[in-house]
Amino acid sequence: MGAKHFGARVKRLEDPALLAGRGRFVDDIKLPGMLHACFVRSPHAHALLRGIDIGPALAMAGVHAVFTAADLPAPMDRMPIPMLTPNPAIAAPRTQTVLAREEVNYVGQAIAVVVAESRYLAEDAAAAIVVEYDVLTAVGDCRAGIADSAPRAHSDLASNVIARFPSAYGDIDAAFASATHVFEEVLWQHRGGGMAIETRAVLASHDAAADLLTVWSGTQTPHLGRGTLADLLDRNIESIRMIAPDVGGGFGPKAIFYPEEAAIPAAALKLGRPVKWIEDRREHFLCATQERDQYWDMAIAVDGAGKILGLRGRMLHDSGAFVPWGVIMPYIAAVTVPGPYVVPAYALETIVVLTNKVPTTPVRGAGRPQAVFAMERLLDRVARELALDRAEVRRRNFIKPEQMPYPVGLLFRDGKPLVYDSGDYPRGQQAALELAGYDSFRERQRAARDRGRLIGVGIGNYVEGTGLGPFEGVTVRVLPNGKVAVATGATSQGQGTRTTLSQIVAEQVGCRIEDIVMTVGDTAAIAQGVGAFASRQAVNAGCSAQIAGEAVRKQIVALAARTLGVDESAIDLEDGNAVATTGNKPTVPFGELARLAQGIPGVSLPAGQAAGLAHTAYYTPPQAAYCSGTHVAEVEVDHLTGGVKILNYAVAHDSGRVINPLIVDGQVQGGVAHGIGNALLEWMQYDDNAQPLTTTFADYLLPMATDVPTCAIAHVETINPLNPLGVKGAGEGGTIPAAAAIIAAIEDALSPFDVHFAETPLMPERIVAALRAAGAYEETFAA
Amino acid sequence: MAKQATRITVNGKSHARVVEARLTLADFLRHELGLTGTHLGCEHGVCGACTVLLDGRSARSCLMFAVQANGCEITTVEGLSPNGELSVLQQAFMDNHGLQCGFCTPGMLITLTELLRENADPSEQDVREALTGNLCRCTGYAGIVKAALDAARQTRDGSGA
Amino acid sequence: MKPAPFDYHAPRQLKDAAELLASLPNARILAGGQSLVPMMNFRYVIADHLIDLGHVEDLRGIAVIDGHLRMGAMMRQHELESSPEVARHCPLLAEALRHVGHRQTRNRGTIGGSLAHADPAAELPAVCLASDAVLHLASVRGLRAVAFRDFPVGYMATALAPDEMIAAVELPIWRLGHGHGFHEFARRHGDFALAGAAALLDIGAGGVVRRAALALFGVAERPVRVDAAEAALLGKAIDRAAIRSAAAAAWLIEPISDIHAGGDYRRHLAQVLSARALGDAARRAGVEI
Repeated sequence: MGAKHFGARVKRLEDPALLAGRGRFVDDIKLPGMLHACFVRSPHAHALLRGIDIGPALAMAGVHAVFTAADLPAPMDRMPIPMLTPNPAIAAPRTQTVLAREEVNYVGQAIAVVVAESRYLAEDAAAAIVVEYDVLTAVGDCRAGIADSAPRAHSDLASNVIARFPSAYGDIDAAFASATHVFEEVLWQHRGGGMAIETRAVLASHDAAADLLTVWSGTQTPHLGRGTLADLLDRNIESIRMIAPDVGGGFGPKAIFYPEEAAIPAAALKLGRPVKWIEDRREHFLCATQERDQYWDMAIAVDGAGKILGLRGRMLHDSGAFVPWGVIMPYIAAVTVPGPYVVPAYALETIVVLTNKVPTTPVRGAGRPQAVFAMERLLDRVARELALDRAEVRRRNFIKPEQMPYPVGLLFRDGKPLVYDSGDYPRGQQAALELAGYDSFRERQRAARDRGRLIGVGIGNYVEGTGLGPFEGVTVRVLPNGKVAVATGATSQGQGTRTTLSQIVAEQVGCRIEDIVMTVGDTAAIAQGVGAFASRQAVNAGCSAQIAGEAVRKQIVALAARTLGVDESAIDLEDGNAVATTGNKPTVPFGELARLAQGIPGVSLPAGQAAGLAHTAYYTPPQAAYCSGTHVAEVEVDHLTGGVKILNYAVAHDSGRVINPLIVDGQVQGGVAHGIGNALLEWMQYDDNAQPLTTTFADYLLPMATDVPTCAIAHVETINPLNPLGVKGAGEGGTIPAAAAIIAAIEDALSPFDVHFAETPLMPERIVAALRAAGAYEETFAA
Repeated sequence: MAKQATRITVNGKSHARVVEARLTLADFLRHELGLTGTHLGCEHGVCGACTVLLDGRSARSCLMFAVQANGCEITTVEGLSPNGELSVLQQAFMDNHGLQCGFCTPGMLITLTELLRENADPSEQDVREALTGNLCRCTGYAGIVKAALDAARQTRDGSGA
Repeated sequence: MKPAPFDYHAPRQLKDAAELLASLPNARILAGGQSLVPMMNFRYVIADHLIDLGHVEDLRGIAVIDGHLRMGAMMRQHELESSPEVARHCPLLAEALRHVGHRQTRNRGTIGGSLAHADPAAELPAVCLASDAVLHLASVRGLRAVAFRDFPVGYMATALAPDEMIAAVELPIWRLGHGHGFHEFARRHGDFALAGAAALLDIGAGGVVRRAALALFGVAERPVRVDAAEAALLGKAIDRAAIRSAAAAAWLIEPISDIHAGGDYRRHLAQVLSARALGDAARRAGVEI
């Protein structure tokens, strides 16, 4: 059947309100009697709490309360925030308590919360609170932190190493023993943040009469948040409603549960008034989780033709002060390394280290950018040493499409064997190279050099496990007024969830997109949910929308056939009407069918008729859906200043069947922008005492409109055979290989000087230092 | 500290209010007047989510106090579509996928409104340079730039609604 | 990030502003606010009184007087950027202004505010230094003139007395036909420069340099006039080698090191950008380099 909505560049339903300034973000919600909160936070990376004097704050104008850990209701006064991703490999599954009790372990950790008439007054009061600390030595670098003699990130833990695990298969020793060449690289990527433009936000209100606690949070995971909050308050889950309204960007850090999401509801409960907390940007720099920050020590063994025999090495992951998301990211990184290549033997030791920085949890890419960086840089090294073209080395090592489904030999973080379900990596790379004009690049490079310009090209490939479980539900229900109500546990922080799910439902049910009324991100609308992370919603919620939509379509057709007295095969569903295709083509609108399906009070329903026209589906994926892609970056380097400009950027992107190409292209483009940030600009810097040094947008550099070219994007669609829609995730692919491709391009531009880089972000100063060491300036500055 | 009387015209409507001197213009618009379309992303003058037009020129409302705007005319994003219909620029954003989460969008629209008024035929580079005071984390800017060029072309052609 | 409380004053006369500044305790001048208000939002600056100069007409205006371009301190940067007088008489200033922040900050930011704030990486102080500007400072004691060379005294510190404000800035106008050059290196468009160079050259017959000025910014605590470079160029025919040799003098400055850039890199940039700025200035003065 020709798809009307599925696969179309449907304009977004979300847009009109957002464009007119009528979005509804947490801070836009105003409740009667609402108070405002401000947190007192540790200025020290590691300290014991000796005492706190809240007296001066309580005496100030407009202050209603000051809460410390002891003032919180049980069990959250003592109970560490539950960790949702346990793993037996974690020696010390440490998470924070809502407010610090005896020890603080990172700068910014919350110690107390002030509630006042306005944020202005709350800040005045917070500034008046005096906390007494015994400052302890902090662990500022995970490389130092693994030593037995290192200071402790937590004073009661014997070691800063909280997990150590192997990822291995094949005979690695034989691979290296038989290798023609072995090359080694040491690589690192620095911390970066999600840095959504909207900071975190929590508004809580308790309806005492109904004993219903409603919490609005700028979260990616309201159902998970509700569950965690229920545990921390020891309340019935059904007595809490968590709503993620419009959320201004997520990118990962908003997927975890934060202390503020418990402290603010606790304050609202205690005070009997709604309490709102809007994170400011300085707090965000201190307390919102971050990522990247890994040190890799790798070796690759190849034969004389550049075919990979094996890879081995060690990776250190800086987890920060706690492990709220377990060891997911280092694990993902460890098993992402093989990528789209045949790697006969692999052995990586991963060491996860606590430091006194803010914790690391997934940020767009979730460990994969680091892994891809390692693999792609190693392949570039092989190409260089063997004087092979970099695309050709990759071609020689690709897993071929005929080899699908391809078992890598590892377990993925979804608990299932890492088996690529589908993909055509050679075709993807070819498509990207063509888009980039790769074949004629050397000529362009020579011509540019003749005019004194240094340009270069770089390639990055990746495979990404998306669509992770356990499930995401969708309810589809036809309403008596003819509208089709859709509810989902999926959420939206800009990825157009409402639009893509509407396309699927409208396609299945035969209604108009504008007749769909959808509730997204509200625990009251659907019983169970998970939320947005790991590029999982298009797959899981998409398939649930498909299944539920299909089920409702069947119900509509059956009821319409009965009602119109025709065969089910003679019913078409069009724009919200059931139309008979025979006779004088009688029609019955969906609304009327919905009323019939409600029945008449006291009267039995006819045989075969179920109650209402509705279905809830919770699609559960059998395993991850593996999407892939190739990036080709073209850059220009000013070798005198070290300045880098990205000239062109080509992407071939395979996320299976595409629901809305407009939205997928937007995700790719946005992901690439973040990748450019990781490659050239974004570095959360800390000093040796784990004091954050980059705490404003003037110090932490996000890409601007002048830094990000418009990508050329080619879609490669290898259909996922494992789900009804054939889709894969699309949210993170734009970021994953970007740093690898860009650093490779910089090296290529500077090839006359034979300098090499294995770090990101790569600053102009580093480029100049490398060029100076390579003697690049001797002629230029004959002084 | 004493409060101050102030009179500010916003989207054509005059508002007389007595406010604390330290109340920022952004907070005044959002909470005093309930015009929540102007957003706060950083409060230190870099992200541009708070951009409004002050006497016709783009300005960061997080870096101004409401009392400074006494006697001035402010246009916020709500004032760009006064009769409820999307403007040419807003429609161009929708047509070209110029927004995802929508949080930076009001600031983008205000800055581009100023640009297109000054320059009816901007180049892509002109648009990108004009936008450096507005950060977006979602879109990678491509859709925004396309929308701006599309709106400019439509306005020049006179084919805008 | 809300500021601490303060009282707000909006005088209309310069003398009232001076009175307020002299008499109010812990008072700050509010010009464009683009530097001050972020610091107040962070509570790095806590002021009890803000004196808004936005309504003081005496602090506005542009005029050419006696071979100088005189600008009121409260002229907004965008007004100067689009001013035909500035473009005609002080093209170095016009070019530098395009690099100052972003359009929103130039709409509000003022020339006086930028000079008083004295960020080492700011463009306008370097232009004033290269141009040998004269600042007119106002207080309850009246007006006094200060040569710009004497104005920045340390890291974000100036010769302003605690009760003084900048009233006007005068840039001497270089001979018609002079060349200007301006280059900075910043991580992104509109960012503070990691290093920058502002150059002015007056070149006579035979390509001989009659007058030269080279000021660096971003590299040290305050903008630096590279006297040695100027001396090396004066009286000689300008060519690529002369420029390179003059630019080498930039290596001798005492650079600052911070999280954005180390000292050696700043010195390196100073040299590169000096050469580029001098090259542009020579070309604009009519010499093919």
